[in-house]
Amino acid sequence: MMNEEVLKHPMTKDIKDLPDNLNGDWRNKLMRWETLLMVFVAIAFFTNTQISPYFLDPWSLSDATFNFTEKAIIALPMALLIIARDIDLSVASTIALASVAMGFANTMGAGPIELALIGMAVGTVAGFINGWIITRFDIPAIVVTIGTMSLYRGIAYIVLGDDVYRSYPSDFAFFGQGYVWGVLSFEFLLFLCLAVVFGILLHKTTFGRRVYAIGNNPTAALFSGINVKRHRLFLFTLVGLFAGIAAVLLTSRIGSTRPSIAMGWELEVITMVVLGGVNILGGAGSIVGVFIAVFLMGLVTFGMGLMNVPGIVMSIFTGCLLILVIGTPIIWRRFLNARKMRSNSGE
Amino acid sequence: MNRPVLELRNISKTFPGVKALDSVELQLYPGQVTALIGENGAGKSTLVKVLTGIYAPDGGEILIDDAPVTMQAATDAKRHGISAIHQEAVMFDELTVTENIFINNQNRNIFGLLDWKLMRKRAKTLLEYLDVNVDPNIPLRELSVAHKHLVSFAAALSVSSSIVIMDEPTASLSHHEIQELYRLVRRLRDEGKAILFISHKFDEIFEICDRYTVFRDGQFVGSGGIADVTQDDLVAMMVGRTVSQIYPKEQTTIGDTVMSVKGLSHPSEFADIDFDLRKGEILGFYGLVGAGRSEVMQALFGLTPTSSGSMELNGKPFKPRTPGDAVDQGLVYVPEDRQHQGAILTLPIFQNITLPQLGGLSRSGFIDMAREYDVAREYATRLQLKASSLSENVENLSGGNQQKVVIGKWLATNPNVIIVDEPTKGIDIGSKAAVHKFMGELVAQGLSVIMVSSELPEVMGMADRVIVMHEGRIAARFERDDMTAEAIVTAATGA
Repeated sequence: MMNEEVLKHPMTKDIKDLPDNLNGDWRNKLMRWETLLMVFVAIAFFTNTQISPYFLDPWSLSDATFNFTEKAIIALPMALLIIARDIDLSVASTIALASVAMGFANTMGAGPIELALIGMAVGTVAGFINGWIITRFDIPAIVVTIGTMSLYRGIAYIVLGDDVYRSYPSDFAFFGQGYVWGVLSFEFLLFLCLAVVFGILLHKTTFGRRVYAIGNNPTAALFSGINVKRHRLFLFTLVGLFAGIAAVLLTSRIGSTRPSIAMGWELEVITMVVLGGVNILGGAGSIVGVFIAVFLMGLVTFGMGLMNVPGIVMSIFTGCLLILVIGTPIIWRRFLNARKMRSNSGE
Repeated sequence: MNRPVLELRNISKTFPGVKALDSVELQLYPGQVTALIGENGAGKSTLVKVLTGIYAPDGGEILIDDAPVTMQAATDAKRHGISAIHQEAVMFDELTVTENIFINNQNRNIFGLLDWKLMRKRAKTLLEYLDVNVDPNIPLRELSVAHKHLVSFAAALSVSSSIVIMDEPTASLSHHEIQELYRLVRRLRDEGKAILFISHKFDEIFEICDRYTVFRDGQFVGSGGIADVTQDDLVAMMVGRTVSQIYPKEQTTIGDTVMSVKGLSHPSEFADIDFDLRKGEILGFYGLVGAGRSEVMQALFGLTPTSSGSMELNGKPFKPRTPGDAVDQGLVYVPEDRQHQGAILTLPIFQNITLPQLGGLSRSGFIDMAREYDVAREYATRLQLKASSLSENVENLSGGNQQKVVIGKWLATNPNVIIVDEPTKGIDIGSKAAVHKFMGELVAQGLSVIMVSSELPEVMGMADRVIVMHEGRIAARFERDDMTAEAIVTAATGA
């Protein structure tokens, strides 16, 4: 028999009391990406109040939410997808495809609910196709979704050409233009509810935990008995469904479909996700971060609108923001590590 | 005795929160192999990095041929004739063997352009010197792991050096290749080079080393001639106490057949694998690297599809299509590559431990965090995990403790059969003994263990029966009473 004492490492402490976690002091909790984002939100908010006296008007604030709500709704499942080390660049084209399908169904006499279901179904199928090709043939997501980005948009152009679908039923306008309570619009309320659902899904459920596991190490996740392919396929399909939902909201809000609808949105959606602290390489991120980032983007865009900044300058700004936000978390983490090292050596 | 070619005096190196080296000393003599021995975390790797100019020491002196020198960068080490063969060589799969050998050390012609003709010639000479039959013009990815390793030796030897550091050079080599390596080490020694040999394995230390130096927790413990000490002395110096047994084989009662495999075959990796696994036994799988052992295990775990054959587990047909199927039926696999396949390094300990059984720790999909921590704490305690908290990321743990997390995560699923693939590869002796002891406890509780190992002492020390594989087939079977090292190695080499 082996003597227990013999095996013990000289440094062994009493391991029976291994704590759940070591809660750092309040400063460590404050030094998080989400906190930094909140500071930016406060700055943007304050700047906007200085730019225009109309900014604080409830209706003007409510109007401002329409500019980002549809993108924000896609950003929720996109955050999960990017955490799981994948990406979908075809979401804007999926919106075009779904919108064209709704426009076509409208000419055949479909009602508002049927139109919404068709939009969501087309989005779901588009997302499933992405996921199926990626997981079945093991092709990188970025390649496949760049392909389907052209493919889906191309189909929309072939069906519609230079034409426009208009004259949606008047009830259909509710999805994108309706108000539920006072200044609270239907689509903004939908976003708030979905954000809560996704927060719970990612942070409290087995599914969310497996998404993190896959994003941190897909091989070890597979070796742990997780069906990695099925999870990835599901995530792509989910993103497709949400692109479909966004298509319903957007089409309803602007009341028409052109094949160029939602052009370039994929980058804005990804910008929101990455700005929210989701690691573009996968494995880390939170819904709270994405939620705050959505508002930051909204406030900044709205502020520039108040200052009558031309659209092209806004897109330059968005481009710079994308580079900045991919760089900042990396520099931020380096700063945190340096801080940790200093505090450790001070002990 | 002659003068040391390299001498370290009072070398210290402090990292935030930890004193990695605390006034250590080391002497290397020409024509001698010096073993550097210590548990993981004893400071061996830090010392290598100091010697190769990667870390600058905080204090102390480095003397080469009695003259103090400074090591500021990797180029300084090269200038002073120090070359190192690292544990995991940095190699470039897409480049050719020649390009890899001269990766930061190219020859140039009179126009300042790279002189590939000369380098190819030198590569050929070096490979011949090493007795490696490899075409220097083929890309590295076409080589076996062992050959890649030898190419990294060639790279280290391409610089003319008087001091050669070998950091666990045998970690990924099979028995036969280790013998080849020993020949090489002896030849380098006979040419008058001073060799620093870092190893966890006592058989190799006693086989080829002339001197030893022991570190413990960043401090120098002792040094001297190998001939003057026993293994027990060294172990005592390493851990501060005596490990009476590294292979604590317990007598267990072996029961009925739990699992039987018949004619299992794969299109290219293995064929006709037949064996029975009984309750309470440790079945060893020995073979050379590339004999197909891991592939068989991955087929049992539902990772690799098979072309024919049948399996039974607990009397029921067993045909896992995914690892999830295997886990559900009570068979789990602790993979060889703990950092990539076993643990998710960037997630906390408790999340790693509970990952395979999240479903059981949740209610309608919602994780019960309190139970999660309880399960994690139970297995952390049983395995004597050393960590600051359950929320610490696995990447911060030592190799031995990482392995404990991986074993713990599978035990927590209450399996019947646990497959361990190279369970103690690259972990220190204390953890090694703990893992072995734990395997003994598992079989005592009625589990069945399949242990894949390339370490002969481990196989002979722990297994009740041994199956030897050679080129994808079972070459021999041994019962505990009739296994000898010679017979096992002969079967494994196909001789």
